[in-house]
Amino acid sequence: MKGKTTEYLLQMKNIVKTFPGVRALDGVNLDVRPGSVHALMGENGAGKSTLMKCLFGIYNPDEGEIIFKGEKVRFLNPKQALDHGVSMVHQELNQVPETTVMENIWMGRMPKNGLIVDDAKMYQDTKEVFERLNLDIDPKEKIGRLSVSQRQMIEIAKAVSADAKIVVLDEPTSSLTEKEVDHLFRIINSLRDQGCGIVYISHKMEEILKISDDVTVMRDGQYVFSGSAKEMNTDQLITLIVGRELTNRFPEKKSRPSDEVLLKIEHLKGMYDPTVKDVTFQLRKGEILGIAGLMGSRRTETIETIFGIRTRADGTIEKDGKMVGNHNARESIDNGFALITEDRRQNGIFAGLDIEFNSTIANMKGYANKLGVINEKKMEEDTTWVIESMHVKTPSQKEKIGNLSGGNQQKVIMGRWLLIDSDIMMLDEPTRGIDVGAKYEIYQLVMDYAAKGKGVIFISSEMPELLGITDRIMVMSNGLVAGIVETKDTSQEDILRLSAKYL
Amino acid sequence: MTKLKNLVPDMQKRSWKSILLDWSIYIVLLILVLVIIYIDPKFLSLKNASAILSQASTRIILALGVSGIIVLGCTDLSLGRSVGMAAIFTASFLQDPSYGSRVFPNLPELPLIIPILGAIALCASFSLVHGFFVAKLKVAPFIASLGMQLVIYGLMSIYFDVVNDSAPIGVLNPKLSKLAQGAFHIGTIRIPYLVCYAVIAIVVIWFIWNKTVLGRNMFAIGGNSEAANVSGINIIRNMLIIYVIAGIMYGIGGALEVARTGSATNALGQSYELDAIASCVVGGVSMRGGVGSIGGVVTGVLLFQIISYGLVFAQVNPYLQYFVKGAIILLAVSVDTQKYIKKK
Repeated sequence: MKGKTTEYLLQMKNIVKTFPGVRALDGVNLDVRPGSVHALMGENGAGKSTLMKCLFGIYNPDEGEIIFKGEKVRFLNPKQALDHGVSMVHQELNQVPETTVMENIWMGRMPKNGLIVDDAKMYQDTKEVFERLNLDIDPKEKIGRLSVSQRQMIEIAKAVSADAKIVVLDEPTSSLTEKEVDHLFRIINSLRDQGCGIVYISHKMEEILKISDDVTVMRDGQYVFSGSAKEMNTDQLITLIVGRELTNRFPEKKSRPSDEVLLKIEHLKGMYDPTVKDVTFQLRKGEILGIAGLMGSRRTETIETIFGIRTRADGTIEKDGKMVGNHNARESIDNGFALITEDRRQNGIFAGLDIEFNSTIANMKGYANKLGVINEKKMEEDTTWVIESMHVKTPSQKEKIGNLSGGNQQKVIMGRWLLIDSDIMMLDEPTRGIDVGAKYEIYQLVMDYAAKGKGVIFISSEMPELLGITDRIMVMSNGLVAGIVETKDTSQEDILRLSAKYL
Repeated sequence: MTKLKNLVPDMQKRSWKSILLDWSIYIVLLILVLVIIYIDPKFLSLKNASAILSQASTRIILALGVSGIIVLGCTDLSLGRSVGMAAIFTASFLQDPSYGSRVFPNLPELPLIIPILGAIALCASFSLVHGFFVAKLKVAPFIASLGMQLVIYGLMSIYFDVVNDSAPIGVLNPKLSKLAQGAFHIGTIRIPYLVCYAVIAIVVIWFIWNKTVLGRNMFAIGGNSEAANVSGINIIRNMLIIYVIAGIMYGIGGALEVARTGSATNALGQSYELDAIASCVVGGVSMRGGVGSIGGVVTGVLLFQIISYGLVFAQVNPYLQYFVKGAIILLAVSVDTQKYIKKK
């Protein structure tokens, strides 16, 4: 095989994968050139992950062939793929928190002296890889002590250490700050310069256009388009992805916030570090207040402290002019607060339970009589309402929520909180990992909610989103409020400047 | 169909293999029953069916108790000793009034209900303490229940030793014996009272699981306790109630067990928890929590009881009986785990 030149490093040709009742992949092609970044795009459920699972041998494709470095291959499992130089950095990091950085990188292939692990060599090798990637992390640090972005870099380092020729990145920036994204992009660029082919899966248009050379778009398991990223713009991409013109990524704002104050937070301080240090702000009726900030700016901690699932050390919460306690979630819900948490899997969905359960669980009071006996008919009606008004794609109410795509799971969770008669909805990164169409629907729901004179607190790391739907933006920095700005008078640069205020 | 097309592929991925996996434990048990019938065709008789049902009745009550704890994602090894405690307590206060060497010779004849309620209250209080360690102090459920098991065994043995010099407490009030050994007849079919108690327990627990907020909360806590917390569920309180319900079931089970067998020692109930937990697992209650059904629990107990009884009936080597039971548990847990792995 030596000396043979191929135009493509990796080719997936006419891949077909069917599951009983559904054609998940219907003749999909993916051609990755060496020394290029290839963006793979499509809505959730378009088949991107299925395609990657076919590449890594987790699924066995029914038809089609995979050609890697000019040879036909069919990997049996991810380990075999990695041994051949095809590696994947998953969206959900699979690392062992209690072990060290270097052990994670060399797991399963540690250098040995006879039977004993050669720690010195492992340390040295790790250092070398980190230098190549310009990473400043101690190889002996415990994984659990690193930030999400650092852990992501570790995964990339792992791929590099295995001398990977193809690196697949699945939504790598979904939890990174702008600065960290820049660092990641520098690493990606250096990998590209070394001749690697990078498959980049993301929903973020701006990023894709910035980093990619080529783009492949999928829709409903079909191959839609492949071409050069340089000739594309955001609108064209969106059209290809959703298959319809989405002239506007954000719904039009029809209502204005009133002057009446709905929520008044003063000197909020959390009990256990890391937490908020001192946060004061007001939310008006009908207002959508965005919260911007870098990772570690304690945005999540702020709203979780307001909701009472984190312990408050100091400060007051005043709703409609009255002090409220909000010492736990039950009390906060009874006071008219709702919280949609950041990590759907960890503390949002009940994956093994059905949609009806997931829709109604926070509203049990509304279905029960004094003895705690529930009215199932009403629950069924409400679930129907959730599915219909949120446009949840599901065969039935009895489907397990874990079987739905991320966007549909998020819609069910929003439905769960809309079923409760709340006045203040707090959302923590509600559109993370969700496709364009579902995002639009979520924005619409949020705006409709605010239009009823209720208040919304919206945490997001996506600037265009904050600028697109909020009335004001509170920028947090290191557990403090760096500033609150009027959305219509501000810019991405202003917000970034404020984000770094207390660093 | 357009709707279906948008779904994630995993949803339709139910091949005959996964269906077979779901039913594999039942298929194996059915084969076992067929083997037993082959060894001794007399196994198929009304008399045996009635015996199996009466034996299964207390076990169903116990399994229903522990199944709630398992759905919470916990486990309870103190079940057997709680049963023993309830049995000794009930027996010591309900001996035949005409019997000379009673535990409490000067005690007047008590109405049945008082000592039985006492036994239930006793078990419920220990379960409450047990639940407190797990729910409030966050002790690993396995370890907490191991500790409770020893604590209960120790205390009950002291009581047993002090009141009756560790001699079996027998010669029970015939009314108590009748409670468990009696039966009524429909035509020629004999229906033991025990079966009726089990049916009542099934209905009550089914109602709690399916028709009450407590039941929903139990599944929520077992399914994802952090999400349950965010949803405003009082995790500690709900867990304590489920533990107390389990304790009540152990108390009832213990009283019925001593009534059925006619005497109690501190060895009564030993390792009952293993059969109860194994039955739950065989019936599809996941040890991971959040998954299970009353139908499954009842089926699990019945199947397990049929096998146990059948092995004895067919005079299979007792050591081999242990082996078979152990293998069934391993198979059931493996199947449960496979389902979980598939989800990923």
